[in-house]
Amino acid sequence: MPLPDFDPTTDFTLLGVAALLPLVAAVLCWVVGRRLPGGGGFLGTLATGVAAAIGLFLFGHALHQSGAGGEPFRWFSREHGLSFDVLASRADAPGPSLPFGILYDGLGSAMFAVVTTISFLVHLYSIGYMREDPRRHVYFGNIGLFTTAMLGLVLADNLLLLFVCWELMGFASWLLIGHYAHDPLSPRRELSARAATKAFLTTRIGDVCLLLALGMLYSHYGTLELSQLWRVVGEEVGRNSGVFPEWLLWTGMLILVGVIGKSAQFPLHGWLPDAMEGPTPVSAMIHAATMVAAGVFLLGRSYPLLAPAVLDTAAVVGAFTAIFAATVASAQNGIKAVLAWSTISQLGFMVAAVGLGGVVAGMFHMVTHAFFKACLFLSAGSVIHGSANEHDLSRMGGLRKSMPITFACMALATMAIAGVPLFAGFYSKDAILQVAFERAAVDHGGPGMFASIALPVAAAFTSFYMFRLLFLAFFGAPRTAHQAHESHWTLLVPLIVLAALSVVGGHLWVATPMDLFAHDVQPWFRELVSLTSLYGTPAVGVIHGIDPDQSRAIHSSALAVSIAAAGLGLVIAWLVYVRNARTPSPSERKSHALSRAAASSYHMDQLAHAVVVAPVRSLARLCAGVDRHLVDGAVVGGGWAARLAGLLSAAFDRVVVDGAVNALGALVALCGSLLRLLQTGRIQQYAAFALIGGIAAAAWLILSP
Amino acid sequence: MESHLLSWITFTPLIGMLAVLAAPRRAQTLIQLIALCATLVPLVLATILYFVAFDPGRADYQLVERVDWIRTIRAEYYVGIDGLSLSLVWLTTLLLFIAVPASFSVERAGKAYYALLLLLEVGIIGVFVSLDYFLFYVFWEVMLLPMYFLIGIWGGPRREYAAIKFFLYTLFGSVLMLVAIVALRLDAGTFSIPTLVELARAGRLTGANLPGGGELLGMSFGAWCFWFLFIGFAIKIPVAPLHTWLPDAHVEAPTPISVILAGILLKLGGYGLLRACFPILPAEFREYAFALGALGAFSIVYGAFVALGQTDFKRLIAYSSVSHMGFVLLGTAAMTEWGTSGAALQMFNHGTSSAALFLIVGVIYDRVHHRDLNAFGGISQVAPRYWAMSTIAFFSALGLPGFAGFVSEALTLIGAFQSSDPRFKLLVAISAIGLVIGAAYMLWAMQRVFLGRLDPKYAKLSDINLREVFSQAPLLFLCVVLGIFPFLVLDPMGPSVARLIGLLRGSP
Amino acid sequence: MGLGAYLCVSAALLVIGIALMLARRNILYVLMGLELILNAANINFVAFARFSASPLDGRMFAIFVIILAAAEAAVALAIILHVVQLFHSVKPSAVDRLRE
Repeated sequence: MPLPDFDPTTDFTLLGVAALLPLVAAVLCWVVGRRLPGGGGFLGTLATGVAAAIGLFLFGHALHQSGAGGEPFRWFSREHGLSFDVLASRADAPGPSLPFGILYDGLGSAMFAVVTTISFLVHLYSIGYMREDPRRHVYFGNIGLFTTAMLGLVLADNLLLLFVCWELMGFASWLLIGHYAHDPLSPRRELSARAATKAFLTTRIGDVCLLLALGMLYSHYGTLELSQLWRVVGEEVGRNSGVFPEWLLWTGMLILVGVIGKSAQFPLHGWLPDAMEGPTPVSAMIHAATMVAAGVFLLGRSYPLLAPAVLDTAAVVGAFTAIFAATVASAQNGIKAVLAWSTISQLGFMVAAVGLGGVVAGMFHMVTHAFFKACLFLSAGSVIHGSANEHDLSRMGGLRKSMPITFACMALATMAIAGVPLFAGFYSKDAILQVAFERAAVDHGGPGMFASIALPVAAAFTSFYMFRLLFLAFFGAPRTAHQAHESHWTLLVPLIVLAALSVVGGHLWVATPMDLFAHDVQPWFRELVSLTSLYGTPAVGVIHGIDPDQSRAIHSSALAVSIAAAGLGLVIAWLVYVRNARTPSPSERKSHALSRAAASSYHMDQLAHAVVVAPVRSLARLCAGVDRHLVDGAVVGGGWAARLAGLLSAAFDRVVVDGAVNALGALVALCGSLLRLLQTGRIQQYAAFALIGGIAAAAWLILSP
Repeated sequence: MESHLLSWITFTPLIGMLAVLAAPRRAQTLIQLIALCATLVPLVLATILYFVAFDPGRADYQLVERVDWIRTIRAEYYVGIDGLSLSLVWLTTLLLFIAVPASFSVERAGKAYYALLLLLEVGIIGVFVSLDYFLFYVFWEVMLLPMYFLIGIWGGPRREYAAIKFFLYTLFGSVLMLVAIVALRLDAGTFSIPTLVELARAGRLTGANLPGGGELLGMSFGAWCFWFLFIGFAIKIPVAPLHTWLPDAHVEAPTPISVILAGILLKLGGYGLLRACFPILPAEFREYAFALGALGAFSIVYGAFVALGQTDFKRLIAYSSVSHMGFVLLGTAAMTEWGTSGAALQMFNHGTSSAALFLIVGVIYDRVHHRDLNAFGGISQVAPRYWAMSTIAFFSALGLPGFAGFVSEALTLIGAFQSSDPRFKLLVAISAIGLVIGAAYMLWAMQRVFLGRLDPKYAKLSDINLREVFSQAPLLFLCVVLGIFPFLVLDPMGPSVARLIGLLRGSP
Repeated sequence: MGLGAYLCVSAALLVIGIALMLARRNILYVLMGLELILNAANINFVAFARFSASPLDGRMFAIFVIILAAAEAAVALAIILHVVQLFHSVKPSAVDRLRE
C-alpha cells in the first residue's frame, strides 16, 4: 500500500505536537507526579510512545519519497507559512526579529525517529529501574524536558533555535547527572553534585564559543537560518574559488570547539566519565545515544560553513580521541566507565568521519551507535540492578547463567559495536574506514593518513575492550557471593528491541545484508541522507579525485581491515579473559604480568599476553592516569585557578577599590579633625586670628592695584 | 482619568503613605493592609497602562501631562511615557507590590518602614515618567532619603556604614548630575528633556550661551556635561569601578529592600543614560562609545570574577548584579538595533531574576540567620519546593536559553558583534569569559547550598511557605514566560528603541 | 604740629591696646586694651575733624564712641565678674570650655 506523501500543513503540526508532548508530560510529572501511580512514568512513556509513532510514520514518508528515486526529502516549514517569531509578534514591527521554523529532511526524519524511539524505550525501562526511587517524578520530568529539547534540536531550521535546545539539553543533563545528589541515603551525593557542575561548565565553554560563532555569522549575513546560510556561504566561497574568508575560518573553529565540548572530544572530554554518576537510563539516553550526538549533528548541519582547515582539525581531533579513549577504556574496571570511554571513542569516529569528508558515513554511525550504545548501557543497568548495585567488573562473573536475556542482548550489542559483519556497527564503521582510506589516497598524508592508521587501531581496541567487558561480566565463575537475578520485563523489553535494532539497524545501509560485499549497491541511508537532501547541492563534501576502480579497491581493503580489527580484538580478549580466566584484580600491577610469565610455562597465549596485551594495557593505564591527572587536572586546575582569581578579585575589590572609597572618607574626616584643632575655646586666640585676618585683608585692599 | 493615568500611578503611593502615617502605631495589620492596597493600585493601573492605554506602534511620548510648576526657573511638571519607560514602570509597581508581603518578616517594621517604602515608590516611578530635567532630579533625590533610612534602621549589623556609604556615594553622583543639568538649562533655556533632545539633534546645544562657550580646561561643554551625567548615572547602574557601594548596601539591607535595590533602583542608572544623557549629547556618546563598551565589558568580567570569590551568599548575588548590568552598557554602546533592544530588555529581565534571587537568599537567611556559603549543604533534601524555585531563578540569572536572561544577553552580545566599530568584537569575546564564569559561580553556589551532604543542624528546616512562594512566583513566572515570548516586552519598546538609535547615530 | 603727630599718637595707643588685648595675663587687660583701642579711634576721629572741612562730623562721632564704650564697658565688666566667679581665675586661658 503506497504511503501518502508528506503533507506540510498536517505533518509539520504533527511534528510540533510530537516534540512538545514529552514536555507536557514532564511538567505534569514535576507538578503532580508524586501523587500519580508510578511517579508519572506512564505519562512520559505514553507521550514518547505517541511521538515515536509519529516519528516512525513520518520516517516512512521520508524513506518512501527518497527511495523512489524522486527528489530529495527536505521540507522547510517557513516556506509553508509555519513559523514562530520570538522577538516580534508582528512582522512589520521595527526591532529585532527572528522567526523559528522546522527543517525536516532525511537526516532529521531519521534522527527524530531514533530519538523518540530510544526515549520511549528508556522511559519504559525507567519505570522498572527507578521503582524504588522517591524522586522518580522529578526524574521523569527531567527526561521529558530533555526529550523535547533534543527533538527541538533535530527539527531546528535556525542555528539560534538549535543553540537554545542545545543548552536546554545541557540543563536537563545537569539535572539528571545530579539526580542522586538530592538523595539523603546515597553515599555518592557529593560526587554527583560535582559531576553535574563539571559537566555543565565544561560544555558551557563550548557553548559560549558557539554563541560567539553565531554572533559572527549573524553580523556578516544577517541571518541564522540554515538554508540561507548554506546558500550564501556557498556563493561566497564559490566567488573566491574555494577559499574561505578568514573570519569564517575562525567561526568554524568556534563551532568546532562547541562540538568538542558537547561531544566530549579531547580535551573537553573529562566530564563524560564523571557523568556516569547519574542513573543508568540517563547515561543510556543522554550520554550515549542522543545529547552527545548533538555535537556530531551540528557538524552535519553546519558542514558547508566549515573551512577545510577546520575539517582537518576535526578529523585529527576525532581520530586522536577515538584511539586515545579506546586505550583508556581497555583499562577501566567499572562497567559504566568502560562504556563511557567507549562513547567518547565512538564519537571520535563520527567527528573524524565528518572531518574527512564523509558526512553521510558519520551520520549513519551516529544512528547505529545510538542503538547499540543505548542497548549496552541499558544492559549494564540491568546487570547493576540485578547484582545489587555492583559496578565493578572485577567483582562480577558468570552472569550468563543467571541473566540469560540480558546476556543475549548485550552480546548482540557488543558484536554490533565491535564491527562483527552483518551487525549494524559493521556497516557504519566500514563506511567510516572507507572514507578515511579514500582521503588518505587522495591526500597522500595529513589527516587522512593519520586517521587511516588511528581508526583501525581504535576499532581493534574497541572490539577488545567490549569483549573484555562481556567476558568478565558474563563468563567464568561468579566472583561474588551474591546471587544475581534476571531483571523485570520492563527492563528487558527495551533491551530486546534495541538489541534487535543493533542487528538489523545497519540494513538501512544496504538492501540486503550481503549487498555490502557487492560494490555497486546504493545504500538506503545514502539516498535518504544524501548531500543534496542535506544542503541543497551535491557538491559539498564529496571527496574528489577517486575513480571507480580505485574506489572499489579501497572498499575491499576497508572491509578487510575492519573485519580483521574486529576479529583481532575478539581473539585477544577471549584468550586473555576466557582461556586464561584472568581477572583484573583491583591491585593489578605491571610487574604482575612479568612474574606470571616467568612462573608459567610460556604458553602461546601467555606470550601473546606478555608481549602484546600487557604493555598495551600498561599504556592504557598510563593514558588513563595522564588523563586524570594532567588533562583533567588541567581542567580542575582551571577551576581552582578561577576560584583563586575570584578570591583575589574579591580581596582586591575590598582592599583597593573599596579602600579608596573609604580612604576618601577617612581623608575628609582627617581634614575635619585637623581643622578642629583651631577651635581652642580661647577668645584671645580667636581675636588674634581675626586681627591677623583683618590686617591681611586691609593690606591686600590697600596694596593691590 | 486616562489622561492623568501617569500622575495617578505616581502619587497613589503618596496617598497611601499619608494613610499609613495617620494609622495608629499598634495597628500593625491595618498598616500592612494599607501598604498592600497602596502598592496594588499602582500595579493595576500600570497593567492597564501596559496593555490598554499604551499604543505600541508609536515612538513618541504618550499620556503626556504638562503644567507650569516653578515659573521663575521655567521648571514644569512634565510627565510622559514611551516604550523605554513603560516596562520599567510596570516592573516598579510589581516589585514594590511584592516587597510588601516580603516585608512582613522584617523585625520592627512598622509605620515608619511602610511610609518610607511608599515614598520610595513615588520617587522611583516619578523618575521614570519625568520629562522635565528638574522634576527628574527632584524625584531622583526623593528616592535617596527613604533608602538611607530603610537600610540604616532596619538593616544588618553594619547598616549605618552601608547606609552612609550608599547615600554619600550616590549623592556625589547626583551633585555632578545637578551641575550638568544646570549647565544645560543655562545653555538651552529650558529643562524639558524632549526639547533638549531636539536642540541636540539640530546641533544647537553647544554651550554657546554660557560664558566662555562652556569650555573649561580644554574639554568642551558637551564633554563636561556628558562625563558628569555619565558618572552620576554610572554610579547607580553600577559600573565597575564605581560599584563598591552596592555589595555593602545589599548585604546590610533587609531582604525586601535588597529586592527593590537590585530590581529597580539599579535600572534608574541605565534608564537615565538612555533617556537623559545619550540622546542629549549624541556626538559625545559616539566619540566615547568604545570606552563605554569597554567599561561594560570590564564590569561583566570583573563582577563575575569577584562574585566567584565570595563566601557570603548575598554578596555573591550583589556582584552578579554588577556583572549583569554591564550588558546594558555594552549593548547600548554598540548602537545597533539588537544591542539596544537587548540592553533595554536586560534591564527588565535582570529586575525579575535578581529580585527573585534576593528573595531566595532571604528565605534561607530568615531561617538560619547566616549567609555563609561554605556552611550550607544538602538543603534540597529538606526543602524540595524551595530547591525547585531556586533552580529556575539561578538558571535564569545564568542565562540559560528558555529563560529570560538568555534572550537579553544573546541579543546584547550579538548586537554588540554587529557594531560598525570592529573593536566591539573583541569586547564581546572578553564578555564571553564573563558568561562562563557566570555559570561557574552560580552553579557552585547552588552546589554548596543545595547539593551534597546535609548538615544535621539543617535537618529540621521548614520548606518555603505560602507567603514566600507568593512573593517569588510572579517573578519566576516572568522569567520563564519572557524566555519563550520575549516579544511581550520587546514589542512595545520597539519603536522607541528605533527612534533612540536614530538619535544616537545622528541620522536626520 | 600737623595731622601726622596726632595719627602717630593714635597708632601708638592702638598698638598698646592690641598688645594688652592679646596679653595672656589677666582678663581685665582685655577690657583695658579694648578701651585704649576705642580711644585711639576717637583720637583719629577728632584729629581728622580738626583738619577737615566739616569739623562737626568727626566730633559727633567721637561722642558716639565714648557713649558706646561706656555702655559696653559696663556690660563687659558685669560679664567678667561672673566669669571670674565661675572659673575662679583671672587668666583668659582658663576660659576654654567652648573648644572643638
